[in-house]
Amino acid sequence: MSSITASPSHKKKSATTDERVGKKSTLSILLGRPEIGALVGAVALFIFFAIVAPVFLSPASLATVLYGASTIGIMAVGVSLLMIGGEFDLSTGVAVISSALSASLVSWYFGLNVWVGIVVALLVSMLIGFINGIILIKTKLPSFIVTLASFLMLTGLNLGLTRAIGGSVSSPSIANMEGFQSAKAVFASSVNIGGIEVKVTVFIWLAMVLIASWILLRTKVGNWIFAIGGDEKAARAVGVPVVRTKIGLFMAVGFCGWVLGMHNLFAFDSVQSGEGIGNEFLYIIAAVIGGCLLTGGYGSAIGGAIGAFIFGMANKGIVYAEWNPDWFKFFLGLMLLLATVVNIVVKKRAESSK
Amino acid sequence: MNMGKPMWRKLAVSLVIVPVLGLAACSSSGGRAPEPESNSAAGTVAATDRIKIAVITHAPPGDTFWDIIRKGAEEAAAKDNVELQYLGDPDGGRQSQLIEQAIDQGVDGIAVTLAKPDAMAGALKRASDAGISIVSLNAGEDRFKELGAFAHFGSDEKLAGEAAGEKLKAEGIKKPICVIQDQGHVGLEARCAGVKKVVPGTEVLYVQGTDMTQVESTTTAKLQADKQADAIIGLGAPITMTLLKAKATANSEVAVASFDMNSQLVGEITKGNVLFTVDQQPWLQGYMAVDSLWQNKRGGFTIGGGKATLTGPAIIDKAVAENITSFAEEGVR
Repeated sequence: MSSITASPSHKKKSATTDERVGKKSTLSILLGRPEIGALVGAVALFIFFAIVAPVFLSPASLATVLYGASTIGIMAVGVSLLMIGGEFDLSTGVAVISSALSASLVSWYFGLNVWVGIVVALLVSMLIGFINGIILIKTKLPSFIVTLASFLMLTGLNLGLTRAIGGSVSSPSIANMEGFQSAKAVFASSVNIGGIEVKVTVFIWLAMVLIASWILLRTKVGNWIFAIGGDEKAARAVGVPVVRTKIGLFMAVGFCGWVLGMHNLFAFDSVQSGEGIGNEFLYIIAAVIGGCLLTGGYGSAIGGAIGAFIFGMANKGIVYAEWNPDWFKFFLGLMLLLATVVNIVVKKRAESSK
Repeated sequence: MNMGKPMWRKLAVSLVIVPVLGLAACSSSGGRAPEPESNSAAGTVAATDRIKIAVITHAPPGDTFWDIIRKGAEEAAAKDNVELQYLGDPDGGRQSQLIEQAIDQGVDGIAVTLAKPDAMAGALKRASDAGISIVSLNAGEDRFKELGAFAHFGSDEKLAGEAAGEKLKAEGIKKPICVIQDQGHVGLEARCAGVKKVVPGTEVLYVQGTDMTQVESTTTAKLQADKQADAIIGLGAPITMTLLKAKATANSEVAVASFDMNSQLVGEITKGNVLFTVDQQPWLQGYMAVDSLWQNKRGGFTIGGGKATLTGPAIIDKAVAENITSFAEEGVR
């Protein structure tokens, strides 16, 4: 950690006290946070779109942007934690759909209350995470390979099982089954705030970010996550339960996938089994923009949330600005690049000013 | 999240609770209908020798549209005593490798979609040289003859777009938004181009079709930004169902139109929430492709007189939709 190595100038200023316990100014604490670069990038992007597309600032538009961000952000919470812990998960995009399909097919096939399907889906999601984790631990292969394999297997299972059970490649609609309305209220309703309908996923997302931040910064488990991401061998040597923490992280990603999967199911009544492919990269991008290092050991849950928000803004802002749609993907890529560059510049400034 | 013992305990508890819940929690509505008596049209099977036919498409996995084509092909195969291989790959190079594999396996006929005709040319030449009959379906109406297919079953996408445009024009629509779920897809772009030819005020919106939440939020954003739009067109049934949700979220009054079909969409048309859909009758494409190969093998028949046999566009509005609801639920339409 760079804050431990004191620079000579620093020493002069506080020669009487030990600089390791010395007080830092609020600004330097703020600048030292991993998400600060992303925050500056987000503010810049926000101001930019507010100028080029005034409709962007209307409350209804902001609600739409937040909704778009939340469907990426919910997964980015788990993916950020996992990345801080030093691992990747490429199966997240399709695992979301696996979860939605299991809830839907179980309740439809057996004619059960959909809440039973929801519980089964939670078990399936946690099990996927558990299997990813246990294979990683047992084989010592890189998580890139392990989760690429589970990505492919889940893609196949989604298609194969959906067709075998439901007779079609999309799950049958469960909109008229018992429990559907109450589940929809939990996972896919809207909350009216001052006349604006805000999707419930926005609040679920924010709650999950807060909980994840608390775990990371205020609990023993949080320290473990940073430790295994920073140096796994050293962490093991000082007694961190590496196996349990890693498996737990993959299961946390599974949990996030379950939340998003349930939203997908209850917002759209039925799920196409081919969906979700490619989204795993969006979640990783959100975490990286938010300041999580690809090598692990550094990052924050709030950063992942800001990353998802940047993605949501760029994605929807281009539509609000009514630019030529042919160039949409190009602009999206450019936005992401600029946001990330601002991120790096700010972070370097912050580190050199310490 | 929760590490160690507590999580195990929770898992164990839920494992016990779930079956208990299950017993007490049967839904009295919806769910799987009891299996009907088998009354499929494939009552008797043709007495001809068993032949092998490969249907090789550019379908992305998990698309409801291609599911209907597959079911059509399966019904024809069951009737005609055909061993059917249904394969597909959206990548042109890999699709042509599937053709090569089918040739190696010694199939009697190949039905192929020509979305990327140039990539198929070499493999199809080998198939012709090996004496394998070829038909094309769904895509390739302008190239099928030169590539060695004796018939083509499909709809002309541009024509379908124009048909939708005419219908929209008759409804007084001037500024529709055409939502493309896969940027750069030739067929989808052609549909929107067809609409634009008839209704010049048409605008295109690109969305990511593999993520419905993004389809909804992007469309909502467009409807909030563009207050002049008076209609929105989905190019696939599941996409249109999501557009309806975006319309509600954006509190918009736009009319909704669609391409292709599924049972939910037919329901929305009968309720009047969707004006119409342009159907290309994919069931017939799958069925006719297999059946014509069999007829060709059995009696040397050809169909279409060297021209493409069009299975669409067929406009399904409220009046038509009421008659075909049951077929859509069966997955035939």
